Amino acid sequence: MLQNYLFIGLFVAVAVLFPFLAVGVAWLLRPKKPTPMKQSTYECGLETVGETWVRYKVQFYIYALVFVLFDIETVFLFPWAVAYHQLPLFALVEMFLFIGILLAGLAYAWRKGALRWF
Amino acid sequence: MGILETLDQLLNILGNALARWLATFLPAWAVTAIMDFLVIVLVVAVALVIVLFLIWMERKAVARFQDRLGPNRAGPYGILQSIADAVKMLTKEDVIPAKADKGAFNWAPAIMVAPALLVYAVIPFGRGMVPQDLNIAILYVLAMASMTTIAVLTAGWSSNNKYALLGGLRIGAQLLAYEIPMALSMLAVVLLAGSMSTVRIVEAQARLPFILMLPGVFLVHFICAAAESNRGPFDLPEAESELVAGFFTEYSGMKFGLFFVAEYINLFAISAIITTLWLGGWQGPLLPSWFWFFAKSFAVIFVFMWVRFTLPRFRIDHLLSFAWKFLLPLALTNLFVVGLVVKLGLGFWPQAAALLVTNVAVTVGALYLGGWALRRAQQRAVEERMAQWRAWQQSR
Amino acid sequence: MFPIVPIVFAVLSVIVLGAAVMVVTNRNLFHSALYLILTFLGMAGLYVLLEAEFLAGVQVLIYVGAIAVLILFAIMLSGRYLQDPGRQLNQQWPLAAIFAVLFFGVLAFVLLQVRWATVQAEVPGNYLTRLGQDLMGPYVLPFEVASVLLLVAMVGAILIARER
Repeated sequence: MLQNYLFIGLFVAVAVLFPFLAVGVAWLLRPKKPTPMKQSTYECGLETVGETWVRYKVQFYIYALVFVLFDIETVFLFPWAVAYHQLPLFALVEMFLFIGILLAGLAYAWRKGALRWF
Repeated sequence: MGILETLDQLLNILGNALARWLATFLPAWAVTAIMDFLVIVLVVAVALVIVLFLIWMERKAVARFQDRLGPNRAGPYGILQSIADAVKMLTKEDVIPAKADKGAFNWAPAIMVAPALLVYAVIPFGRGMVPQDLNIAILYVLAMASMTTIAVLTAGWSSNNKYALLGGLRIGAQLLAYEIPMALSMLAVVLLAGSMSTVRIVEAQARLPFILMLPGVFLVHFICAAAESNRGPFDLPEAESELVAGFFTEYSGMKFGLFFVAEYINLFAISAIITTLWLGGWQGPLLPSWFWFFAKSFAVIFVFMWVRFTLPRFRIDHLLSFAWKFLLPLALTNLFVVGLVVKLGLGFWPQAAALLVTNVAVTVGALYLGGWALRRAQQRAVEERMAQWRAWQQSR
Repeated sequence: MFPIVPIVFAVLSVIVLGAAVMVVTNRNLFHSALYLILTFLGMAGLYVLLEAEFLAGVQVLIYVGAIAVLILFAIMLSGRYLQDPGRQLNQQWPLAAIFAVLFFGVLAFVLLQVRWATVQAEVPGNYLTRLGQDLMGPYVLPFEVASVLLLVAMVGAILIARER
């Protein structure tokens, strides 16, 4: 098993190196003439107005929160799915309970308008 | 060995011969290291060649769909167009905005490309031709897909540009929304196959590909895969009319090229995964296994492109509510119904038929339910508007 | 055989510890978050060394793919207010350093002196199936309680975070 991951580790090294290699090749080939005009922020040809931050939109954060919780739920489902053929029927009921509790949470989020975008 | 079998296992035969030759004068660990390195280089090379081909294919296909010719200047039928694009990107100046966060700015393309490439390590390109047979292959694929979110957010933030930041946040929200239904639909396949290993999933489809057992779940997976790679009708966050170019507005030259390439690497990767999970992988009569694999993968890619050129873009709030309020409950219901049918303990063919029937029933039912709910919500919105207007009229 | 496991362990440890130090000392909040991601990835590597590949996959999927994203969203939405938090050290740092060294000494002593109950066991080939069976069998109560915990977290977060 560890042999497999040695391969993956090597692959990670190569895969991370490759973009830098590509950019390195480009660095050798391309012109380098930075001017203040070129380096200014792009705003459809206009001057930038105000600080660069987005008005606080809590919706993004709520989506990420709900995502974390459902991601954890999905992780619990993985061993269940793999072992499913060897599990008794009761495992289905147990999983139904698990998913049901979390669906109740989703329904709560839905009703409270946490899933609305605006 | 028959000639077809030799052709099928050509890569394996060559690889084994090379390993044997190396083993005559190198210790075992060096042989493994060199063979691993060669496989990695081969996979990356194959990925890049496929990407070059895909760039051309997309432009030709979109042109034909729109009743025009497409690239036909660079080489016969324009097949050297991709190389021309690559040369262009290599030689453009790399403009970094003045107040950009240089470290994060430079790392974002790497964080985007590396996970997309890493998925290729578990794709079964043919019979016995998977670079590594991981026990947790599907989990690995999902983990790599989740790293894209980090790359996008980093790129958006480090550009010091309002549009890039907003684009990055929006794509992040979209990626998060569609990851769960995708994981759940993959889980349905894992449940049927009893393993997360891609090799075993392909083997489990020896009698019938899973798409014929669970077409509804396949559909959910397909939609989520399109959303995960910002393709097709889900490319609002990078739509030019909306946010310039979204999170990679400030990227130029090769760094932009890397984002571009990463998208196509990802496209082939998800098509390969769909082929593996739903279409039976490399299985097929007569012809070599790798031929079938690539044929099926490119067919899936063509469908992705077809969908992209045909459907109009979704609005961001439609996109997100579709994922959270429709696909997520649907995927959970599908998983549950599949579990129920499997526990009935029927024989192979009755179970396949039962799965097909129940899956279609659940999907159609969900569509009806969704349509009814949508209509009701629209009616309510209209009534609310009318009430508002009447109230305003009376107050005048 | 080439002693590869200790070398990989050393490299991963350096990555994890180095990135952790960078998280705490870096002045740029976004960079701290990125170093945190590096720490998580290093931890995933350590899990792989322990032959717990499922845990490693889950670590990347959840910690990097969900929790780090949550942290990044929070940073990005807080605007530039949290850019430069000021000086990293205040006037009491010598005292803090002494206590940190003492604490480290105590921890090292405990780690080296206690006879930890380790088990020499092979990871079974079908450990995923066994994990599923255990989760649905002897450990089903913690499993269900986990879902209740997640529900509580969701309700609490939505209650706190929604617009009034």
